[in-house]
Amino acid sequence: MRGLAILLGYTLLGNAIHSLLSVPISGNVIGMALLVISLFAGWVKLAWIEETAQFFLKHMMIFFAPVIVGTMMFFGLIGEQWLVIAVALAVSTMIVILVTAGVTAWQTGKAKERTYE
Amino acid sequence: MNEAWFQQPLFGITITVLFYVGAQLLNSRYKWLNPLFVTSGGIILLLLLGDIPYEAYKAGGDIITFFLGPATVALAVPFYKNFQKLRDQLMPIVIGVGAGLICGLLAVWGIVSLLHGSKQIMLTMLPKSVTTPIAIEVADLLGGTPELAGVFAVLTGLLGSMIGPSILKLFRFRSDLAIGAAMGTAAHGIGTARIMRDSEIQGGFSAFAMGLSSILTPLFCIPLIWWL
Repeated sequence: MRGLAILLGYTLLGNAIHSLLSVPISGNVIGMALLVISLFAGWVKLAWIEETAQFFLKHMMIFFAPVIVGTMMFFGLIGEQWLVIAVALAVSTMIVILVTAGVTAWQTGKAKERTYE
Repeated sequence: MNEAWFQQPLFGITITVLFYVGAQLLNSRYKWLNPLFVTSGGIILLLLLGDIPYEAYKAGGDIITFFLGPATVALAVPFYKNFQKLRDQLMPIVIGVGAGLICGLLAVWGIVSLLHGSKQIMLTMLPKSVTTPIAIEVADLLGGTPELAGVFAVLTGLLGSMIGPSILKLFRFRSDLAIGAAMGTAAHGIGTARIMRDSEIQGGFSAFAMGLSSILTPLFCIPLIWWL
């Protein structure tokens, strides 16, 4: 329960900061950043949260299921251009995956060469 | 008889968990079946076949979605554990994510123009590989349709989480950094959730790439306002 309390506490803190300062980063991400800082500072021990965090991360997909079901409500909005949309969505997603992986792998290769020189 | 039993949050929560457990079982047998696709597809079918209003499901569904908050905060753990590796490889991942995003934007622009799609659709689709709230804001800024931008972001995440691991395997990418960067850049949180099932290290890199692309996408999109 300590792990859950800490995760919920940081979520609340992040969201509070988000609404108070109206920064363009989501409250959950602010909470995550604060928890990373707290781990480095030693305010929070990894052992306190690790088990709970692993549970949430392992099952992260379930938390998106209602969001996907919700998009069903907006399918009507897609309208007559659905074919263009489907092609653009599929092809560009594949391109992003391949270019990102390719360039990252190529750059790490270069970074390695540099350190070995 | 009380017909409102399915109006209570218990209904939405229970069917989501049941379908998810079923999807896990199917996934352990058929590895290519994406658990998120099976879970949400199953729920949609049940609502349609049972003539159950979406609002009734939403009461419980919203409670499940609420836990996306602490789940996102939990990403601090793989991030913290892999911080050293991430710092050593900061430039490659930043260049990789930047290149991937720019090519993605160009691809959307190219395909939509080639297939004679409307400019409205193009502007709405441009920010599709970032998390939903940011996609909505950027689309609004560009003059697209915000609600639809949210739908595109979710669909992109789902598609990326379904095809990403197989494409990366097909092209023989083995580096954790490259795999994580690709999943987080193309498919934001949903891609991160998917790859976290395979490897915590890849998941940590994916979370970082996701954060990076939500900062870079608006930066890359803003100059387009004048150009388009």
